[in-house]
Amino acid sequence: MASTETTTATGPSAPGGDGPERPVPGGGDRAADGLAGLEAGLDALETPAAQRTPAGRVLRTKVLPPVAAVLLVLAAWQLAAQADLKPDYMLPGPLDVWNALAEEWYRGTILGTVWNSVSRGALGFAASLAIGTPLGLLVARVGFVRAAIGPVLSGLQSLPSVAWVPAAIIWFGLTDATIYAVVLLGAVPSIANGLVGGVDRVPPLYLRAGRTLGATGLRGVRHVLLPAALPGYLSGLKQGWAFSWRSLMAAELIAVSPDLGTGLGQLLENARVLQDMSLVLGAISLILVVGIGIELLVFAPLERRVLRGRGLLARG
Amino acid sequence: MATALTDNPTANDAANDAANDAANGADAGTPAVRLSHVSKSFGRPGHGQTVLDDISLDVAPGEFVCLLGASGCGKSTLLNLVAGLDAPSSGEIRVAGDRRPALMFQEHALFPWLTAGKNVELALRLRGVPRGERREEAERLLELVRLRGAYGKRVHELSGGMRQRVAMARALAQKSSVLLMDEPFAALDAITRDVLHEELTRIWQATGDVSVLFVTHNVREAVRLAQRVVLLSSRPGRIARQWQVGIPQPRRIEDAAVADLSVEITEQLRGEIRRHGQH
Repeated sequence: MASTETTTATGPSAPGGDGPERPVPGGGDRAADGLAGLEAGLDALETPAAQRTPAGRVLRTKVLPPVAAVLLVLAAWQLAAQADLKPDYMLPGPLDVWNALAEEWYRGTILGTVWNSVSRGALGFAASLAIGTPLGLLVARVGFVRAAIGPVLSGLQSLPSVAWVPAAIIWFGLTDATIYAVVLLGAVPSIANGLVGGVDRVPPLYLRAGRTLGATGLRGVRHVLLPAALPGYLSGLKQGWAFSWRSLMAAELIAVSPDLGTGLGQLLENARVLQDMSLVLGAISLILVVGIGIELLVFAPLERRVLRGRGLLARG
Repeated sequence: MATALTDNPTANDAANDAANDAANGADAGTPAVRLSHVSKSFGRPGHGQTVLDDISLDVAPGEFVCLLGASGCGKSTLLNLVAGLDAPSSGEIRVAGDRRPALMFQEHALFPWLTAGKNVELALRLRGVPRGERREEAERLLELVRLRGAYGKRVHELSGGMRQRVAMARALAQKSSVLLMDEPFAALDAITRDVLHEELTRIWQATGDVSVLFVTHNVREAVRLAQRVVLLSSRPGRIARQWQVGIPQPRRIEDAAVADLSVEITEQLRGEIRRHGQH
């Protein structure tokens, strides 16, 4: 048994009694003012000065290099086409591709085609989001669910969603349902897995802090767990969009039917049937441009905002 | 002054009572925190490691107690038990009032997705403060820790000392009668730590009846802050000795009286540590 001992040390100017020393607050106003000034000085010294990168430098270091790279590739392509390395029906130049797209534009169908695909992609993505988020949360937080379907869910990510197309056609025929089924099967696992990863990487300290603040149960999920997992969730969403778009193109490419509105995949397939290589390449570049464009316009700013708000991203 | 040298749990309680009487005058009242024969082991019962062994400790309302000990004395485990984040293997812990104790960590543990002000408001919201009153109350609390301008600042825009002050404001927002502090200043530089000692003393005095249970391995810090210093032995953690600190506030860490008592406590602490090297 440990011995316990209580002794009292009394300072030189201690009052005679054994009561607690609690001077009346405000008694030492000058001392308090000194402390406030000291603290303000420390705060000022230790707060990092905010700095902005000038626009010129952003242009030079962030915008110029990729633009130059694209121009270089286009120039090499044009040179190769002009040198007639392959016959024109196999290797048209970038200008031929541009003209083929322009022709589609003048026929007035191209915007409708892009819109068909984008709206399908967006709708499919939204549905994947609505299914993948609760699913991911269940897998992340319920041990039994995780043990049961966690491995299947991450395994599904490595299954190319184009493999689902034949099955979907047999189930749903050549309808929109086929397309959406393939998109969902492609995107839901990556959204759910992103959330699982995000939840797993939440620092335990946040959860402990949340519990001491009284954020338990659903309130803990809402106020601590989900916001803390947001960066991982967002990268899951980004990947989920890429999978949606890929699956959509696979589905549109195979499920061609007059009943289905023309999307970019169908445009590509039609061009192949017509042996129109310029339009094939044009459709491929449109698919690429739309996919990259949505990532750059929607996901990249969202992710940057979240990371920057948390100080996880250096400015500039 | 009263010195109690005891060898069994019952007398241990008596020592506590004596200490509380000293802290509270004649009226001990209901303690803000009461630990009765608390033990904690990890691992299988009977074969696990005992981290805390038969700790009995009362903290009076408004009292400032420092738990002092070397590594392995289970001081953080003890705070987790009082905070309700973990359950004792045996014994009982009672915390006065119906609010859970507030807990401050060595890391600020502020949520980086919220601004400083919103961190405080979240604590208010979880306490049930109506929406319309949260903003004003959060600003008042930030003002209390002298961070009036920090309401809209993100956590990463604040210095280490400012973060701990926001964390203090957030802890105070829980309006709990017990504030648990787990080496909250250990990661700060000496100048900032010194200022925060002063700040904590001021705020504790201003709030009036908040009891503080402050864990540290820094003897000077303990003597600088506490009304009572409780020294824990290591492996298993037991209460080795307690000191009533009669040096009047405001104290400075360089005060001769603080230094003298620190020397005495350090000697005892070193003795406790030496025992572990002997077998």
